[in-house]
Amino acid sequence: MWDYSQAVHDHFLHPHNAGPLKDANAVGEVGSLACGDALRLYLKISDGGIIEKAGFETFGCASAIASSSVLTDMVIGMHVDDALKLTNKDIVERLGGLPREKMHCSVMGQEALEAAIRNWRGEPPVPHAQEIGRLVCKCFGVTDAQIIRTIRENNLKTVEEVTDYTKAGGGCGECLDTIAEILAVELGKKSEEALQAKAKPALTNVQRMQAVMKLIAQKVTPGLSAGESVELVDVDGLRVTLAVQSAKQEALRSSLEALFRETIEDGIVVEVK
Amino acid sequence: MQTVYLDNNATSAIAPEVREAMLPYFSELYGNPSSMYSFGGLVGKKVAEAREQVAALFHAEPSEIVFTSCGSESDNTAIWSALTTQPEKRHIITSCVEHPAILNVAEYWAHQGYRVTRLAVDEQGRLDLDAYASALTPDTALVTVMFANNETGNLFPIARMAEMAKAKGILFHTDAVQAAGKIDLDLTRLPVDMLSLSGHKLHAPKGIGVLYVRKGVIFRPFLRGGHQERGRRAGTENVPYIVGLGVAAQSALEHMQEEQTRVAALRDRLERGLLASIPQSRVNGDPEHRLPNTSNISFKNVEGEAILLRLDQLGICASSGSACTSGSLEPSHVLRAMNVPFNYAHGSVRLSLSRYTTDAEIDYVLKELPPVIASLRKLSPFKD
Repeated sequence: MWDYSQAVHDHFLHPHNAGPLKDANAVGEVGSLACGDALRLYLKISDGGIIEKAGFETFGCASAIASSSVLTDMVIGMHVDDALKLTNKDIVERLGGLPREKMHCSVMGQEALEAAIRNWRGEPPVPHAQEIGRLVCKCFGVTDAQIIRTIRENNLKTVEEVTDYTKAGGGCGECLDTIAEILAVELGKKSEEALQAKAKPALTNVQRMQAVMKLIAQKVTPGLSAGESVELVDVDGLRVTLAVQSAKQEALRSSLEALFRETIEDGIVVEVK
Repeated sequence: MQTVYLDNNATSAIAPEVREAMLPYFSELYGNPSSMYSFGGLVGKKVAEAREQVAALFHAEPSEIVFTSCGSESDNTAIWSALTTQPEKRHIITSCVEHPAILNVAEYWAHQGYRVTRLAVDEQGRLDLDAYASALTPDTALVTVMFANNETGNLFPIARMAEMAKAKGILFHTDAVQAAGKIDLDLTRLPVDMLSLSGHKLHAPKGIGVLYVRKGVIFRPFLRGGHQERGRRAGTENVPYIVGLGVAAQSALEHMQEEQTRVAALRDRLERGLLASIPQSRVNGDPEHRLPNTSNISFKNVEGEAILLRLDQLGICASSGSACTSGSLEPSHVLRAMNVPFNYAHGSVRLSLSRYTTDAEIDYVLKELPPVIASLRKLSPFKD
């Protein structure tokens, strides 16, 4: 049995703003019968962009119904610009948490809200082509764009988590490798960003050494030809000493220096032993 | 609030007479049945008596009964034994609607290089016997097909299927976990070589199972060690549970007629009542060949977990084949194999009765369930 929070129980058993809204001027729909959950969100938005009323119809489990209900509570009184900033995490927080496997219910709420506001603005129901992205999960119709957004907003680290949050990969499982690739790219970006963010302020000698070693392993070594090698000998302040095996030793040295200066720290000097 | 327990295919209440019979073996009668002194021998006699009681349930011989820890162990053992005693044969036949204790084990052997045929079912969940006949080959080591399906209650024609395998010299195992104790299983007329039973489905506690191994079938133990169970399953006997299972088997035999008549009538009344009062509902399974206690009903355009949690508020325990209850994101493999449409598959509810189910409980469900479906449908965006 799922361990639902009291808020999920309350919203499920006594949903707020349930049912269609007669004077709605914005409707957003996500999900499908095949998926096992679907949400139709109704909004009444004033000319000034304030969400005055909200209603919903949901087909799905307790957490889908509770996510819809709490979402309507959250958006009433909000300006659409602020509403668009809401993420699924905000929904989860208001519900006092959701079981990991049910996170996709909160994502559905966020997507319906976005769809409804697009509808009110007279925009097509889904963003234009590049934003829709490539279809990754055929079973549940999830694109790479949705997966990437969910990874970033929820700081996801494993394929399993991606499935919990988006459902992608939860059917036949054929796309699990693709999800792993997307995740690897996202996580790679993140570690690079982290590296750069750290590199800006002055580094300690140990940090600098770690950054150099990581860069050599990830970026330098894979690009070397047969017979070439680059190894770290020592780091002393901004002086980085390397052991380099290459026919074009000087060219390699200067390109490494440029790379280290760009990604780790300005002022690094590379010496070859 | 009263609890109306209609999930007996998941597990069942421990019968009071079972509990009573077990208690001394948790206190003063703690001897080891293998010991030489009479304090242990007394316990050994009780285990022998339980073996006779279980054998009687199947019209089998006590020596054909191997006590295990659960149905899954029995299933694992049956497959292991059949394959390792015939290493030259590399083919297994099963069905696509088995319990995971069979499906996942078959999957394991497929990874070991075995060819696995998973027989398909039609929309009522029935097997195609022609496809089965043509799947039986000289390379087939084992057929393992369940006696009754846990989700729909469907009964498979095991007698005929075992006959067909026997004619070709192929071993036949049946997972009878759902059938044992609910319907008559006469092994003098049912030519299966091995059969699995799980105690907690027939009012014994969880943690005890049986593998029936027909006399003459070459057997290789899965759990090795001591000489217990005539060398077929090592490990000191779980005496209290074995004693409990013996009593449970005896009670099941005594209540078999009631299961066929009173329980079946309650189930039919429940099912008819729900179908009549809830529009767009349907029964999943084969109404002609079903366990007497099981009803699998789908309600269009509502989701199973939501139904179950609303029922839980009313004290009614049931289960569902919906995706959301399993965490697997897809509806049950059984309903999918039967091609139940999505708008029905997600809204499936399994109600499974027992000899403890009362008329009043059925009345209560007939009164409370229809408004739950109506209110969830009101909330659903799908209406047709």
